[in-house]
Amino acid sequence: MITFDNVAKRYPNGREALAGVTFTIQPGEFVFLTGRSGAGKSSVLKLIALLERPSRGTVTVSGQNTGKLKPGRIPAFRRAIGVVFQDHKLLVDRPIYDNVALPLVVAGTPLKEVDRRVRAALDQVGLLGRERSSPLELSVGEQQRVGIARAVISKPQLLIADEPTGNLDPGLSVEVMRVFKRFQEVGVTVVIASHDPHLVEKFGQREIVLDAGRITSDTFHAGHAARMTAQAPQLSDLPDIHT
Amino acid sequence: MSGAVSSYGTRHLQALFGALGRLVRAPLATLLTLMVIGVALALPAGLALVVNNLRNATGDFSNAVDFSVHFKLGTPIERVQQLAKGARERAGVDSVTVKTADEALDEFKQASGFGDALAALEDNPLPHHLVVRPAKDASGPAEVESLRRYFAAFPEVDIVQLDLDWVRRLHALLDVLRRIMWVVVIVLGAGVLAVIGNTIRLEIQQRRPEIEVTKLVGGSNAFVRRPFLYTGIFYGLGGAMLATLIVLGGLTYLDQAVGDLSAQYGSRFHLTGLGRRGMGYLVGIGAGLGWLGALISTGRHLRAIEPRA
Repeated sequence: MITFDNVAKRYPNGREALAGVTFTIQPGEFVFLTGRSGAGKSSVLKLIALLERPSRGTVTVSGQNTGKLKPGRIPAFRRAIGVVFQDHKLLVDRPIYDNVALPLVVAGTPLKEVDRRVRAALDQVGLLGRERSSPLELSVGEQQRVGIARAVISKPQLLIADEPTGNLDPGLSVEVMRVFKRFQEVGVTVVIASHDPHLVEKFGQREIVLDAGRITSDTFHAGHAARMTAQAPQLSDLPDIHT
Repeated sequence: MSGAVSSYGTRHLQALFGALGRLVRAPLATLLTLMVIGVALALPAGLALVVNNLRNATGDFSNAVDFSVHFKLGTPIERVQQLAKGARERAGVDSVTVKTADEALDEFKQASGFGDALAALEDNPLPHHLVVRPAKDASGPAEVESLRRYFAAFPEVDIVQLDLDWVRRLHALLDVLRRIMWVVVIVLGAGVLAVIGNTIRLEIQQRRPEIEVTKLVGGSNAFVRRPFLYTGIFYGLGGAMLATLIVLGGLTYLDQAVGDLSAQYGSRFHLTGLGRRGMGYLVGIGAGLGWLGALISTGRHLRAIEPRA
């Protein structure tokens, strides 16, 4: 699903965010990227979502070398990836419905289908009935769930999240992580950047630790291998969204 | 397939009404922009009307270049009619009228008031002549001069009488006015492009977060550009409508005074307006400039906005 081959990233200001990073993430995996602030977690996610291009090395996502992707192909590439941000990136002048529908609208999905899938996605994150509310009327945790609904509505095979629980209290963090887990359980590959060791410990998944732009450890926590073998992608398990 | 087409049409309608809604929600800013565009479009439109009305006021230009071909005394009328027939078949000739010597004398008697004195003459001193009217598209100085040479070449022709200097002066005047009009059209058209382009640029900056998120979830430049193009078209259309009102208002205000003035010279001349076609052109040009201004602005500024994580 995702391959980083000796990837380096240097920003225009000269800061080297990644230096020779190599790893592979299989389809259906649930991976935490951890490390201190500035370790390079967000840069990895940006490279996956093609918000940045590598300075050196190769990033391959779903078989496509992102460094060689032509500008005209980038929108379609991004439509195949769900992205969740710490600051949610919701449009506050539009109701929740419009925020969640946006990926389908830009893809030209028929309106009836948009309506059906928006309601299904909001149902999945427990916000059905709040379609007409403004994002400003929601709690931070609810806003994060709107961001997740928007990220998954176009049925991505890959879901990435940058510190999705950064602004949440521990209870809400677990709730949000459970939402991610449910998507991984039906075959969606999930990559989460987090600096919260408790979450990683609690959910016991693969953890790639970064420090100063390099991978310092790549650990499979207890239960990961068993889960990887036991689960075959079954998208139909979430019929409202993934059909 | 029809579902996809319907969906595509719906997206366009959403972009169209979204753009319209944004303009309506900021009435003062919209009105000020429309006024600038309206005035900029009204000036060349008004100048075009001035040229048209001047042309109308000076009469049909082809009348102004009618000329006479006088034959030598004693030329048989059959020969004159033969030459007239040949001339009518030439390109660039609208009409050729034969005036016999007798008809010319009668006209002269009536016009000059010397009827009795002329009756005393034993012979008619006037020759046969032709009144030649060039075609409208061949009434320029060069074409008229060519026609003059054609008639002058016949040995039976005594003199070809026309005031070519007057034709040249009128042509030159209209040419200057036309050129001024085009300069104004180009300068103010560029002004309209700049106004719309800058307005769209400001809106793009204002909506930067929305554009970033849209691109982040896979919106293409074309998708993001669409509502801005509709906004540009609305600005152009609204400005053109305002320009039409300005021109019509000015015309109404001036028409009475111009009518009174022309009446002093025994004329019933009145100003002519834009007409349906003129209004159509103005609205079309306005919408086109709006679309182009928005296209240039979005092409320049949208690419620079990329989503940030």
